[in-house]
This record gives sequence, structure tokens and C-alpha cells, in this order.
Amino acid sequence: MDMQATKKKLGLKEKYAHMTRGLDWETTYQPKEKVFPQATFEGIKVHDWDKWEDPFRLTMDAYWKYQAEKERKLYAVLDAFAQNNGHLGITDARYLSAVKLFLTGISPLEYMAHRGFAAAGRNFPGVGPRVACLMQSIDEVRHAQTQIHALSNYNKFYEGFHAGASHQIERLWYLSVPKSFFDDAFSAGPFEWMIAIGFSFEYVLTNLLFVPFMSGAAYNGDMATVTFGFSAQSDEARHMTLGLECIKFMLEQDPDNLPIVQKWIDKWAWRGIRVLSLVSTMMDYMLPKRVMSWKEAWEIYFEQNGGALFNDLAKYGIKVPDCIAQCTVDKEHQSHQLWLTLCTHSHAMGLHTWLPSAEEMDWLSAKYPNTFDQYYRPRFDELRQRADKGERFFANTLPMLCQVCQIPMLFTEPDDPTKICYRESEFQGEKYHTCSDGCKHIFDDEPEKYIQAWLPVHQLYQGNCWPEGTDPTAEGFNPLAKYLEWCHVDGKDTGDYEGSSDQANFAAWRGAATQNG
Amino acid sequence: MSTVFIAFQTNEDTRPIVESILADNPHASLEEQPAMVKINAEDQLVIRRESIEERIGRDFDLQELQVNLITISGHLDEDDDTFTLSWKN
Repeated sequence: MDMQATKKKLGLKEKYAHMTRGLDWETTYQPKEKVFPQATFEGIKVHDWDKWEDPFRLTMDAYWKYQAEKERKLYAVLDAFAQNNGHLGITDARYLSAVKLFLTGISPLEYMAHRGFAAAGRNFPGVGPRVACLMQSIDEVRHAQTQIHALSNYNKFYEGFHAGASHQIERLWYLSVPKSFFDDAFSAGPFEWMIAIGFSFEYVLTNLLFVPFMSGAAYNGDMATVTFGFSAQSDEARHMTLGLECIKFMLEQDPDNLPIVQKWIDKWAWRGIRVLSLVSTMMDYMLPKRVMSWKEAWEIYFEQNGGALFNDLAKYGIKVPDCIAQCTVDKEHQSHQLWLTLCTHSHAMGLHTWLPSAEEMDWLSAKYPNTFDQYYRPRFDELRQRADKGERFFANTLPMLCQVCQIPMLFTEPDDPTKICYRESEFQGEKYHTCSDGCKHIFDDEPEKYIQAWLPVHQLYQGNCWPEGTDPTAEGFNPLAKYLEWCHVDGKDTGDYEGSSDQANFAAWRGAATQNG
Repeated sequence: MSTVFIAFQTNEDTRPIVESILADNPHASLEEQPAMVKINAEDQLVIRRESIEERIGRDFDLQELQVNLITISGHLDEDDDTFTLSWKN
């Protein structure tokens, strides 16, 4: 970068003071509590908003300057990608399933984060967090836009990108998992939002999503994803810092805040970990060339890094969330259990799945010596044998979903990896099902909230997920086909990668790129 | 003892930055991954503006670090001369 650092008239700390605190004013037409009506109902007590400081001390003028530089870098690479057949540089078109999942499942969350931080910035009475939330809100909309823009290059060539980042998030069953996470956070108050997204997602979990994902994208030759990913990630350090500052601020302001914050940390750690199980399948199964296993990433970014964080927060009385014991068991199982489910339901998904090859299973055995050969290899072997006979197995019913995390009930009991875990709660005479002690605990704490969950499988069976004018009594009515039509999933997008048009096109085009003819 | 870290994109901008950090923090270690470099250190990592300026031969604003930054861990304190990550607060 050839950027000129100009001689400063003000030091960083002085400039930050003038351009945040110095911009605030006391309201006179209306009392403060009417201007900031959401600031108190969650029970968080704040005595002095001026104690909030952004350690980056970033001000709007510097923000625009550095963000502009990031955009210039990004679009230079996107041009190069489009001009040089970048879509053929990837290791294998299988890899694109990870990218499709990202575009349909993660990019819409960026947009929701944009809205959520705009709302948080509006609702906090303190000017420090308001300015930081404003910047994060702008970052998040930038992420959504640059992701959609970068990945639109793949839409010119491959299946499954056409519905983009907006249509399927409200319809496809597996996308309700990330959607419900953000809906849950956005419908909470501003402080809980900050713990949910700013702290739990951005600080504790984002490294597990972006760092191995982008490094994996680089390893698999995906110049488009690496570029938007790193461009987005360069904002994440600021977001993580905001999350951490927020939690310290709440804990330092009043001792009464501790139990509220602890409850939110426990809840959102578990919610976030459940959402990230989608990432676990990406790292262990979807990347043709793998950087590290999910378990290894978990150990580095959650156990070690999260451990350091919780050691530090212990001085405020914060305890490590209870769900961590369960996570230590789950890290050995979660990617395998979820990938098996995706493999047997990919006829109802907007992306391809596949059975791992012999070489890939050996990699999985080496990475998961305690579980893979014992519990999962035999199941993949069985699926492979059927597929070889031309009977690739797809489950023809849809699974029950957890009322809280909305993941199909596929995870197992903490003490028995051969038994599916079901939990049940009763509220106002109705039964509700959850997938784990963690989700049951969250449900039982706020049942009024979670009974309103829009569960795609329930809705589908109630007949709410077909194109308008569909007649389910008509001869030959196929509910799955009609559901997929409603989701804008085309037949070419679904099923096994073996025999898909992505596979055939990639082979043909890559062949054409290296010879004349 | 807890580990702090910082990760950057691997590119021509960050090469002298990484060199400076490693020179100023002898207890730090470098981890190279596809497209990124991660620097790990026990307890604290200090990035100095002057060390970077010596290597790049021009004035440098520590906020420029953000352009190529991937992630950090630890509490941050940034002023005009230093960018410090620590678990010591």
C-alpha cells in the first residue's frame, strides 16, 4: 500500500475525544429516557457512559480512509478474478458447496448484523458505543454487498448461486439455523444484542468461522472468497474489540449486571456453537484440501483462546459457560453427525454433498482417532456400498427440528454417541422439543419467545411452503418438489456431487482451459 | 500465562510489519498458514510504529495495520506510537 501518513495536528487520544465525546449533546426538548427508551428494560445498570472507550480510537475520518483502501484492494482482485477465469482456479467444484452455504447462510446474517448494529447504535445513550456501532453497522452492510458481488462471479458458471443471499434464507430448512440465531438476537434488547453478536459471535466464535474458512479458501484456490473474506475480516478485529469492551463495561458499571451478563454469555455461547456446527462440516468434509480439522480449530480458537478470555473475565466473577463440558465431547462427533445428515438430505438442499473418498476417510481417522473408525466410517461404508449399486440413499422424510437452534435432531447424548438426544418441555399445555440440555435450558428460560419460532419442517408439513396456487390434492402431487420450487432450488442444484452438472462443467471447462480445440 | 495473538494477510505490506513485531518481541513465535501469518506470544505483544518506519522508510500510522489485519486476541491499547495486546489488565 502506498498510503501517505500525514503529520497529525492532534494525537490519537485527543482526536478520539473530540470526535466521539465532543460530538454528543444533552437533549433538552425531551428527557433522555424518552429518547433512549430501550436502554433500561433489560436491567443493565450504567452509571457513567464516558467510561466506554474504543481501544482502536477510530474516528470517522480515519474510518473512511482505511475502508476505502480496503475496497480498492478488493475490487482490483475481483477484476483480476473475472478477467482470468478465476472460477477454474479452485481445486475442485465440490469446494463450491462451502461457498454456496456461505452465500445463502452467512451473507444474509451480515445484512442482519448491519440492521442490528444500526439499532444498537441508535439505542445506546453513550456516544462511545454509538460511534463504534455506527462503524460496525456500515462494515456489516459492506460485507453483505462485497460477498454477494464477489460470489456473483461464480453464478455465471455454476448451479446453486442464482437465489443469492436473500430468497432462500427465509425458506430452506437448514438456513433457518443461522437465521433463527440472528432473529433471536435482533429481537432482544440492545445489551443482549451486544453480548449475542458483539461478544459471543464476534469475539468468541468468529475466529472459528472466518480464519480457517478463509485460509481454507486460499488453500483451495478461491481467490474471490479469500479476498472478500480477508477484507471483511480486517473489520472483525474491531468488532471483536467492541464486543470485549462492551462486556467489560457492563461488568465494571454495576455488580448487579453480573448475573444478567453471565446468563447471556451461557445462552449465546451455546447458540453460537450450534450454528457453527455447519462450519465444522465445511472444514472436515467440504474442503477438497483441508487446512486443519474442526477439532483442531476448536482447540486453538475456542479452548485456548476462549480459555484465555475466560481466565481474564474471572476477575469480574464471570464463569466459563456450563455448556463447555458438552462441547468437549461434541468436538469429536459434531461434523460427522451433521455431514451424515446433510449427505442423506441433499436431495432437499440447494447444494451438493458427497460421500468421503477412501483417502478422505483416512484423513478423518487420523484427525479423529477416538471416534471416526468406531462410529462413522461404518456408516459411510454402508452408504458407499449402496451408492455403488446405484442406490444412493436419501431420506424421504424431513427431520424434527430443535425448537431453539432449529438444527434437525441429529446430535447424540453426551454419554452415548449411538443415541439421539431428545429433550422435551411443556408450556401452556403444548409439548416442545429441543436437541440438547443447552437448548432446553434456553427454551425453559424464555418459552414465550421460542414458541413463536418459525420451524421450516413444521411449516412444510402444515402446507405453508408451496408456491401460491398449489393444490396438494392433485394427482401425483409431490410435496418435496413443490417445496423446492418454492425455495427456488432447481433440480441441478441438489443431490450428490457425483453426476452433477457442476462436476461435468468444471471438468469440461478446465480441460478446455488447458488445451486448444 | 495466556497467549495473545495477531494475524495478518500474507502480503508485501505486512512483511516488514511482521519483521518488526518479531524483532521487538523476542518471546513471540510466527505461525505461517495459507495466505495468513499469525504471531503468538505469551501475555503481551507490542507493535511499535518506529520499528515499522525504520523498515519501510516512510512515516507510518498504526491505524494502517487495520487494512491487512485478520484477527487479534487479548485486550488492545492503541496510541500514536504503540499497539499493545495483553491479558494483563
